[in-house]
Amino acid sequence: MISQRQLLIMSVPIILYIILFSYVPLWGWTMSFQNFRPAKSFFAQEWVGLKWFKFMFSDPVFLRTVRNTVMMSLINTTLGFISAIGFALLLNEIRSVPFKRITQTISYLPHFLSWVIVTGLVSTMLSVEDGAVNNLLITLQIIKEPILWLSEPKYFWGIVGATYVWKELGWNTIIYLAAIAGIDPTLYEAAEIDGCGRWKKMYHITLPSIKPTIIILLIMSVGHILDAGFEMQYLLRNGLVQDVSDTIDIYMLMFGLQRSNYSLATAAGLFKNVVNISLIFAANEIAKRAGEERLI
Amino acid sequence: MNRFSKENGGFVFNTLNTAFMVLFSVVMLYPFWNTIAVSFNEAVDTIRGGITLFPRKFTLQNYKLVFATGSIPHAFMVSVARTSLNVVTNIFFTAMIAYVLSRQNFVFRKSFTFIIVISMYINAGLIPNYFLMKNLHLLNSFWVYVIPTMVNAFNFLIVRTFLRGIPESFIESVRMDGGGDFTIFLKIILPLSTPALATVGLFVAVGAWNSWFDTLIYASGRVNLHTLQYKLMEFLQSSQAQSRGAGDIGAMGMSDVSNMVTPVSIRAAITVIAAAPIIIVYPFVQRYFVIGMNLGGVKE
Repeated sequence: MISQRQLLIMSVPIILYIILFSYVPLWGWTMSFQNFRPAKSFFAQEWVGLKWFKFMFSDPVFLRTVRNTVMMSLINTTLGFISAIGFALLLNEIRSVPFKRITQTISYLPHFLSWVIVTGLVSTMLSVEDGAVNNLLITLQIIKEPILWLSEPKYFWGIVGATYVWKELGWNTIIYLAAIAGIDPTLYEAAEIDGCGRWKKMYHITLPSIKPTIIILLIMSVGHILDAGFEMQYLLRNGLVQDVSDTIDIYMLMFGLQRSNYSLATAAGLFKNVVNISLIFAANEIAKRAGEERLI
Repeated sequence: MNRFSKENGGFVFNTLNTAFMVLFSVVMLYPFWNTIAVSFNEAVDTIRGGITLFPRKFTLQNYKLVFATGSIPHAFMVSVARTSLNVVTNIFFTAMIAYVLSRQNFVFRKSFTFIIVISMYINAGLIPNYFLMKNLHLLNSFWVYVIPTMVNAFNFLIVRTFLRGIPESFIESVRMDGGGDFTIFLKIILPLSTPALATVGLFVAVGAWNSWFDTLIYASGRVNLHTLQYKLMEFLQSSQAQSRGAGDIGAMGMSDVSNMVTPVSIRAAITVIAAAPIIIVYPFVQRYFVIGMNLGGVKE
């Protein structure tokens, strides 16, 4: 024990720090069962049981944010997977190493830009006045009048999905390219001797080899079904599209910090957390059953 | 014959694939390139439209005005200050806890590791965290940018994975000379784990530089704590709602037409300033990010 004194001095404050910033605030979940008033002490708070949860699940605004969150999350995940796998397969076929490297470097540049910058670029590109997308579509004579992309609810989920793919495609591809790089080259040689062309090799060797990676990532993404991203929607939304743009996180922000209904916002957060954690554990269990390595 | 046709098909595929990659790169780069062109173009001329890859009437006026307002240079400094402090504190404390928990004989190794790893999966949420900052008197204080983010569980995993590769004999040699664990940490661990710490530092730097949400919820009440990304966010939100006017900077038109500014031009200039640090260092450091991504993937 004496010999470990320095190790203890170095680690105990950090662990206490982590407990303070990650675990102590969990106590705040009690707010969702109270009519919380910040001025009162904990013992003076009025306890209201499940009042806020009942309110939430009968509130059409909240139910709409749940729908929006799940839908945008599904769209982003699906588009994200298909585009990343497709891009990894195509990039893998590029023979020139410098060209491949430059393309890949460009592909994950937007990952490092902030959502503020990215959504700013998106709204510039989609602008009605001289926006590149409208200009291009008009030049190609696909449309006659510029489209108000960000003011029409029917386009919003698609724009969010496209923005997500634009920003994260390259980054999502890295893990697949690493998996492809690990494939035994003799497999390809054997396939060539058997007369397999490019597509057959892709279908019979590359895809099955990265299947475990795909499955693990798919299962992991199940745990994040209520994390549709918050910044994208918050930054791209406006009054005209709020019925389709607002997610659970935006609901929490609106009711919690702007209208000071702390209890309702905490209840919404608790709901999201409980669903998330259960899904992560379920996903972990499914991964174990499927014979894949544990995720947590 | 068969061989010939296959290679012919390969040629068509390769050409199309290369063309696709070029088109893809254009789609990735164009929005930013265009913004740079607009930021260097005369504001009034930009309104006419048609600026694509290069400025038509080159000017530095947009940048001069952005820097003349005072609030943007100040916000830039706030961002620089928080980013550097975040990087330094994160590297130091993350490396320290990673070293302690890489000691196989440390009594609390398992339980402390468990506490850190589980903290990745739980998040009390917006409101409880807000009240924590409030109770700690961190609201509208510069330290709200630094204190809550000093240790990161994901970075801890990266550094600990790396530390496993440091030979035990190095550590023992310092111990023989009578050095304690803290000496070992300073003299051996910190210098030897530079590659992993550089990766972690870059992740932290990018995250800190790009963050704006903590300003919105914890520090929006004090203008002199606004970060550059937060300023840009405010400006974008107000220039999107055109009806509400152009915001404080956009309204600063001057009598001479060539000196006038518009929200579009100012917005382009601020965007370029906010992205510049990342774009400039990116080509030199991007391989560290990929190393980090692969190290982080190796769990337990």
